[in-house]
Amino acid sequence: MKIKQLSVFLENKPGALSAPCRLLAKADINIQTCSLADTREFGILRLIVEDTDKARRLLQRNGFAVKVTDVIALEVDDKPGGLAAILDALEGTGINVEYAYSLTGRTRSGHALLLFRFSDPNTALAVLKERKINTVGSEELSRRLKG
Amino acid sequence: MSKNRDIPPLHPASAMDFLPTAQLRDIQFTRLKNMVQRAFDRVALFRKRMDEQRLKPSDLRTLDDIVKLPFTVKTDLRDAYPFGLCASPMSEIVRFHASSGTTGKPIVVAYTQEDLNDWSQAVLRSLAACGVHSGDIVQVAYGYGLFTGGLGLHYGAEALGASVIPISGGNTDRQIMLMKDFGVTVICCTPSYFLHLIDHAAEMGVNLKELPLRIGVFGAEPWTEDMRERIEAGSDIKAYDIYGLSEIVGPGVANECVHQAGPHIFEDLFFPEVIDPKTLEPLPDGMEGELVLTTLCKRAMPMIRYRTRDITALEATRCACGRTLRRIKRIGRRSDDMLIIRGVNLFPSQIEAALLKVEGTLPHYQIVVDRQKDLDTLEVQVEVTPEAFSDTVGAMEQMQKRIGHSIESITGLRPAVKLVAPRSLQRSEGKAKRVLDKRIL
Repeated sequence: MKIKQLSVFLENKPGALSAPCRLLAKADINIQTCSLADTREFGILRLIVEDTDKARRLLQRNGFAVKVTDVIALEVDDKPGGLAAILDALEGTGINVEYAYSLTGRTRSGHALLLFRFSDPNTALAVLKERKINTVGSEELSRRLKG
Repeated sequence: MSKNRDIPPLHPASAMDFLPTAQLRDIQFTRLKNMVQRAFDRVALFRKRMDEQRLKPSDLRTLDDIVKLPFTVKTDLRDAYPFGLCASPMSEIVRFHASSGTTGKPIVVAYTQEDLNDWSQAVLRSLAACGVHSGDIVQVAYGYGLFTGGLGLHYGAEALGASVIPISGGNTDRQIMLMKDFGVTVICCTPSYFLHLIDHAAEMGVNLKELPLRIGVFGAEPWTEDMRERIEAGSDIKAYDIYGLSEIVGPGVANECVHQAGPHIFEDLFFPEVIDPKTLEPLPDGMEGELVLTTLCKRAMPMIRYRTRDITALEATRCACGRTLRRIKRIGRRSDDMLIIRGVNLFPSQIEAALLKVEGTLPHYQIVVDRQKDLDTLEVQVEVTPEAFSDTVGAMEQMQKRIGHSIESITGLRPAVKLVAPRSLQRSEGKAKRVLDKRIL
């Protein structure tokens, strides 16, 4: 199951991050999780929200450069070797992990939730399925985050 | 090592600088007629323009009739790229130079051997006018290559009999090392680069005031009396203004004499006029307007009434040096949007062409020019369009690099490219302000 993620271009300067967050807050859109990639000059804010389309339209209407990308949420055993096991499954497939970040919020005990952006999400999904590694879909994700 | 302040004897080539005015006007008129006839016979554009005005070369009955001739503008050179304005066959052309056009393509200029000889003489007379002579060691720190600066000064200084160091631009450490070790007496570069050299020398523990260096021939960018004072106070040299442009010949169209009262135009080679840039009407000497130049001897690429876009005034009052050549007032601004950055001409339209090449659609952008530590800086701020926005840092940095590379390949200048948020650049009346020039000259 793929999850829709919103990426927003930000300048690396004070106040740049608060603008889109305030906008989402006013529209009562909850940020389920986020990560921030930064360089010296600019940043990319990556967001998972419940209603991706609504958030995208809102941000675009307000002049933000926004992109929707597919990411995959994976449940990882919270023990040594948990992440390595997943990466091992992808070994040799040529699929690159472009970035990954972890989900905040409540997850099943003994497990961590990680979000992956793969260079080829569809092939990655097929490989993971074959290796019987569970992915977490949007609805499931919402449910878990709400606890 | 001390500075030699002796004034050298007059160079024979400078005799032309002192022709009685009536005789100078005669020479100008004879040369003008010959040049216009040649351009009319050999260059389709000039013939077409004159035909349109039902004008024949024989209609030039006095020098004042020059005002009947059609103007030539920079886009004419662009449209004729590369050889459309050549009046000589390739077998007679021995050199090309090129400078920035208004868009992606450069403008090309061509020279016969005689043209190069005339140019060398103009540069020789430029250097001689401000006291350079054989025995001087001349460091040419203008760029060599397609730019006319380096090779122009090089051949002129050699023709004068000076000893030339063709070091070209850049590598400031080496510039200062050779200046000190060779006992350089004359330097040719942009005034802003020389200010940078003064600072850099101090950081290296070298005091230019204690070196034999005594003359600087500075040009290729606008500068001010204030900069002259800073240069002279910081290095104990005399700073002279040299003027020129590739379309006419390169450096050496005009140069200051030792009285530093504005560059004398070598009028027997280049005929100057000043016009009102709006009405295109000729203005009398002393009135400020756009400088228009006509080459009187150029063979490979004659130029008739070329609009330089430089705003100045012609000064006809006699200079203390006795030269009969008129002078131009310091050029501080232009009648178009051309910027001069580190001596390189830059048009905002070139940046547009470069951005279009990378993105396919033109994003909003702003050119920010500043001067830090006496060196011009160029930053191009580009708004990230939703189409161009990519989710990974690597892809965005790649785009930044592609934009930088595209700009460099078109303009020859390496910019700092800054990606900014959509709609973050200033717009006035809906139109973006394309250029922010923060330099205080």
